[in-house]
Amino acid sequence: MNPLLQLKEVNTHIHDFHILEGISIQVPREGVTVLLGRNGAGKTTTLRTILGFHPPSSGEIRFDGELINGWPPFRIGSLGIGYVPEDRGIFGGLTVYENLKVAARDGVREMERRLEKVFELFPDLKRATRQQAGTLSGGQQQMLALARILVSKNRLLLIDEPSSGLAPIIVDRVAEAISELKKELPILLVEQNYNMAKQIGDNYYIIDQGRCVHEGHMQDLEKEPELKQRYLGVSV
Amino acid sequence: MFDTLFFNLLLNGLAHGMLIFLIASGLSLIFGLMRVVNFTHGSFFMFGAYVGRSIYLATDSFVLAILGGLLFGFVCGGLVERIAIRPFFGNRVQLLLLTLGMMLVMNELVKIIWGPTILRFPRPDYLIGSFMLGDIILPYYRMFIVGFGLVVLVIVYLFLNKTRLGITIRAGVENPEMVQSFGINIKQVFTFTFALGVSLASVGGAISGPFLSVYPEIAMDNILVAIIAVVVGGIGSFGGSVAGSLLIGLINSFGGFYLPQAAMAFNVVLMALVLLVRPQGLFGRGGVTGGR
Repeated sequence: MNPLLQLKEVNTHIHDFHILEGISIQVPREGVTVLLGRNGAGKTTTLRTILGFHPPSSGEIRFDGELINGWPPFRIGSLGIGYVPEDRGIFGGLTVYENLKVAARDGVREMERRLEKVFELFPDLKRATRQQAGTLSGGQQQMLALARILVSKNRLLLIDEPSSGLAPIIVDRVAEAISELKKELPILLVEQNYNMAKQIGDNYYIIDQGRCVHEGHMQDLEKEPELKQRYLGVSV
Repeated sequence: MFDTLFFNLLLNGLAHGMLIFLIASGLSLIFGLMRVVNFTHGSFFMFGAYVGRSIYLATDSFVLAILGGLLFGFVCGGLVERIAIRPFFGNRVQLLLLTLGMMLVMNELVKIIWGPTILRFPRPDYLIGSFMLGDIILPYYRMFIVGFGLVVLVIVYLFLNKTRLGITIRAGVENPEMVQSFGINIKQVFTFTFALGVSLASVGGAISGPFLSVYPEIAMDNILVAIIAVVVGGIGSFGGSVAGSLLIGLINSFGGFYLPQAAMAFNVVLMALVLLVRPQGLFGRGGVTGGR
């Protein structure tokens, strides 16, 4: 089956800097694809290029076969690509419910219909619907960021560093939540926390200096200590 | 202590505060969302006064004058955003110079169309006179301005808090990029917000006419106090623009009476004090530089 999302030889410049130097990746229609690599390798830029925030200077980005290069971000979002940035992108001055409402692309009625299931997954949020989102804990904000994706019909989820800045016990809960989500949605995940990536990832790409240097199945990466040491800084 | 004079100054201050609020609320939303200091806002207030007056003289209907001022601002605001603002979007210096230049052009344009002298905007018959509350005289027109301002305040508040578009505008003030990722065309939101903000200023001008009279300098006089009100209240905060405007209106009214030479100084001193104690303004969330 052809992949849901495909990047072919994508180059991205931000101002004068050549950040992505010909990245090619494929995201299948199910499971979690993980982008691994050190800080500054170009993982976040890859996500932001897909989303249209940094349009590529050359190369092809196809979503379900359709060329989406150069589309404005709102049109790419409308395709059903949900995004959770590393800083969660929560609207702190809005209530939890208002955050969900902004994200309700398919209308408030559809959102209400989906909320019951969303709250089953994130019971903390149900108790806090009227609370200002800026006053939630880091873990709760991560839950809200994921919940915002789930109130509309999405086809792919891009998540950037969900474990970043969270206590280990909260990281476990976020990992559990993402494991639940992956049953329903294909996910492209950027993660530096190798243990989390190992736990929920199916396929991986290692990015280094704006290029893909390695790819494969997550379980096979376990057998490549040298690769892990060299590109991920994971000690053997 | 609470004599007739006090209530007179209070009502005067509230009426002026409401007019400032009509300018400041749009100014604040536009700056919060788009990072554009729209200097034409005062000029649209002024144009609203002229347009409202012309409509009133032509139709003898004050309601039509108000609606005309509102519609004029909405249409012109939308056009200005699409034609002039959008091509320079993201370049704050160019946008600042652009709106400043447009303000100067607009302020001269009214002199060409309506002449440089003060024009009288007659009050409709039903708003002439005053209401006596014991010894206190409450002029109908000032009460009308306060009432009109309150109605607009409630409508805009409900819009910003209850509708998805309104909530999206508030979300866009915080993080416009994230808003787009939810499939929302932020440029359309910008155009709408700009048109809405300008229409509030313009309708404010229309109702200010019979209170302040109509002359070109009302643009400059009011944009400055409105900017101060926005900074005092907190940029991008609707509640802040309400509080800031009423505070400035009251200070102008009382200060202008007891120390008329220093009326403007009071505003600036208030702004300086607020910035020293709360740099983000009374109700603001970020810093006044609004860095992003």
